[in-house]
Amino acid sequence: MDGTLAARLAEICGTNGVITDPQELRTYECDGLTAHRCSPGLVVLPQSAEQVAAIVGECAAARIPFVARGSGTGLSGGALPRSDGVLIVTAKMRAIVAIDPVSRRAIVEPGVTNLSVSKAAEPYGLFYAPDPSSQVICSIGGNVAENSGGAHCLKHGFTVHHVTALQIVTPAGELTWLGDGTGAAPGYDLVGAFTGSEGTLGIATKIVVKLTPIPETVTTLLAAFTTMGAGGAAVSAIIGSGILPGAIEMMDALAIEAAEAAVNCQYPEGAGAVLIVELDGPQGDVTRDEVAVREICTQAGAYEIRAARDAAERAAIWTGRKSAFAAVGRISPAYIVQDGVVPRTSLPQVLDRISELSAATGIRVANVFHAGDGNLHPLVLFDDAAEGEQEAAEQVSGAILDLCIEHGGSITGEHGVGVDKSRYMPKMFSADDLDTMQLVRCAFDPAGLCNPGKVFPTPRLCGEVPGVRRAPHPLVASGQLEQF
Amino acid sequence: MTMPPELARACAHVRPAGADDVVAGVAARLVAEPASTQEAGALMKAAAGLGLSVVPRGTGTRLTWGLPPASCDLIVDTARLDAVLEHAAGDLVVRVQAGVRLDDLQAKLAAEGQRLAVDPPGGATIGGLVATNLTGPLRFRFGAPRDLLIGITVIRADGTIAKAGGKVVKNVAGYDLGKLFAGSYATLGLIAEVTFRLHPLPAAATWVTVNCADPAAAATAVHAMAGSPLAPSAVELDWPEGAHSPCVVGALIEGDEASVSERVDRLTDLLAKRGMTEVAAGPFLLGRPRPGHTALIRIAFWPGRLEAVLDLIRTSTADAAVSGQAGSGVLNVTVPADEGLGQFVTDIRGALTKPAGSMPDASVVVLDAPPPVRDAIDMWGPVPSPELMRAVKDQFDPEHRMAPGRFAGGI
Repeated sequence: MDGTLAARLAEICGTNGVITDPQELRTYECDGLTAHRCSPGLVVLPQSAEQVAAIVGECAAARIPFVARGSGTGLSGGALPRSDGVLIVTAKMRAIVAIDPVSRRAIVEPGVTNLSVSKAAEPYGLFYAPDPSSQVICSIGGNVAENSGGAHCLKHGFTVHHVTALQIVTPAGELTWLGDGTGAAPGYDLVGAFTGSEGTLGIATKIVVKLTPIPETVTTLLAAFTTMGAGGAAVSAIIGSGILPGAIEMMDALAIEAAEAAVNCQYPEGAGAVLIVELDGPQGDVTRDEVAVREICTQAGAYEIRAARDAAERAAIWTGRKSAFAAVGRISPAYIVQDGVVPRTSLPQVLDRISELSAATGIRVANVFHAGDGNLHPLVLFDDAAEGEQEAAEQVSGAILDLCIEHGGSITGEHGVGVDKSRYMPKMFSADDLDTMQLVRCAFDPAGLCNPGKVFPTPRLCGEVPGVRRAPHPLVASGQLEQF
Repeated sequence: MTMPPELARACAHVRPAGADDVVAGVAARLVAEPASTQEAGALMKAAAGLGLSVVPRGTGTRLTWGLPPASCDLIVDTARLDAVLEHAAGDLVVRVQAGVRLDDLQAKLAAEGQRLAVDPPGGATIGGLVATNLTGPLRFRFGAPRDLLIGITVIRADGTIAKAGGKVVKNVAGYDLGKLFAGSYATLGLIAEVTFRLHPLPAAATWVTVNCADPAAAATAVHAMAGSPLAPSAVELDWPEGAHSPCVVGALIEGDEASVSERVDRLTDLLAKRGMTEVAAGPFLLGRPRPGHTALIRIAFWPGRLEAVLDLIRTSTADAAVSGQAGSGVLNVTVPADEGLGQFVTDIRGALTKPAGSMPDASVVVLDAPPPVRDAIDMWGPVPSPELMRAVKDQFDPEHRMAPGRFAGGI
């Protein structure tokens, strides 16, 4: 990249804050989705909102694309850099600026990790509810970009339900506030529009989050079933009874096998499916709900039910579930993590269809999912050394998304669209839908410099009448945007 | 106005406006009642061709809220968009047209033991509920309509029909246009269909109320309730006579019978330990309208500032009645719409809100006031990032025909 830009950025955040060495740049070539890689043109590590604004200002003036990155744990390539662009890494912006326990709010910088917000709030009897599995390292700024969920969002909601204000740097390099922390600010809900926009509308530099009183009691149950059908019936019956657990997670036999191989989680032997049900709330409620859930599971055919009574036992139950993604590495040389959603009542049908797909293609699929909200994480296993297997696995993975759409679901429940799924967006949304969404992008980023090429398969050409394209878009012509 | 044939061709029910077809004092010229999303799209396209300004209308219960429109050629009335399109009870999801009345929907859902967990008073349609992001006590536990909305179909100013979200609770595919349209006062387009996540209807519900002598006592009670692990569904305050009269703070406890009775007892004990003894369990009559109080002001603030906010109101000269979601930091204040209103709003705004450039943390919005008074006051007050809001408006409605001038920041 142009050396003068690196020099100007070094004036903003010091020479230590700018990385130009090709070896070091390679560290940032991908996020949690390693299938897509690209070394960034250069990397900057700002330490303040003002520095981010100045960096973006320089990029905007030079018409150079930029991408923000938190901890790099994203699973859809949302933080995939550009070789002709600047990667703005928020790792040095890690201050918890303030905690207001009476208002139940915290103000944090974007590089703060998810779990550290809860740790800082704990002395006040509060926690930050959204808990993506990567919460030990993932950043709040990344959570805002992706509208991250987690196992407990069934009851407690997603990031967008817990963010009440954002200080952002606009794609033009201006520092401004969206919302006012009350959740009732006058004007358009730009906090809601920004959250989950996958870094395409600007860069969050301060985040105001709601904190929630820590539940008085938490009980975690593990129920083993011989078949997935029986486990699925238990899930429907629990929800149908009016109980709203903090989390309901399910794993199939192949996922259990992988978890046993990796972490020796000692789930009941012979299980065709295990269900993890976590109940949280006032003591009496949890006690009563536990009795009800045990009865429902037994009626649905559970042959063993365990309950964790303390944090250590709870961790033991969760170990298998939380290790599942990585664990399939023990039983397969390579795998694709999929993230689709179906209406909960369609789960049995969709799982059957996935088994059929697997049987027909010979591609194994391990199922791990947030059963309470129908969010599937099929792990599509393949041998990347075997000819044609990767393609076959990608076809199965795509066919699973088709199944989700067919059942009225979504192509992504929490991992985002990023670069990975933009090609599936037209299957879920019409051209008019996508065009309308991109009006928001045109309002925030008319120059198309902020994380370009993500989410949408075809960038909208801001300011032109849709469909009336007379010449290549200037950004396409100059090589700053790709259309595909 | 003569009936433009383009409109009549696009929509089967178009008529000249009558004496009642008025939006915040501005008389409309035409009224159309499309009966389907497709027909609404065709109507909006025809209106765009004619350059008509458009104001959507449901039951009209909040039609006087916000500024009067700069012009109102056409009211799009959603009365015929009144179908509950799909209630997937097993999935706790419902998809409805914008003209469905919230109370009709709740009755239908209740028959299946479910509810849409919003409870604003008074007769709104789903379209109006979402367009104003109306809340009631349940805001504390369940949030605003924007938090329960999982899918939306809108019609843009040019007639384009577009949807976002879907009908599953968990979904991050694409931009969340539902959030943007919630609370947009119809300035971005017409809301045609909405999909919500639902909750089970609780078997029992009781309020635990405390009589409080002053703002300090009220704030103590509210913070104790809101910060407790007893999971109240609402934490409300009611101060109907204002000034030096006592006020009542209440927490709504919902669940099955055993749970409610246990949590009511525990909350009562918790309050007693903090010196609050005038505690009762039972009904709580909220927000009784005061005669002559024709101005409605909404104050939103970080909940920890409750005592300061109540003190401000008490020490003002206005005869204010205060109620609302104290646990969430959202209060509704009614006052007589007299010559003192402007000063009251200016004073409260000056004391609570920060100068431009610093981090905003409160707002004072006059939602409703009669015409002679409203003209003299800044109803919306300052908003965060007005330039970005105007940029969004310009993209969705470049000709500024959708409810022009009604919204914050001159939108």
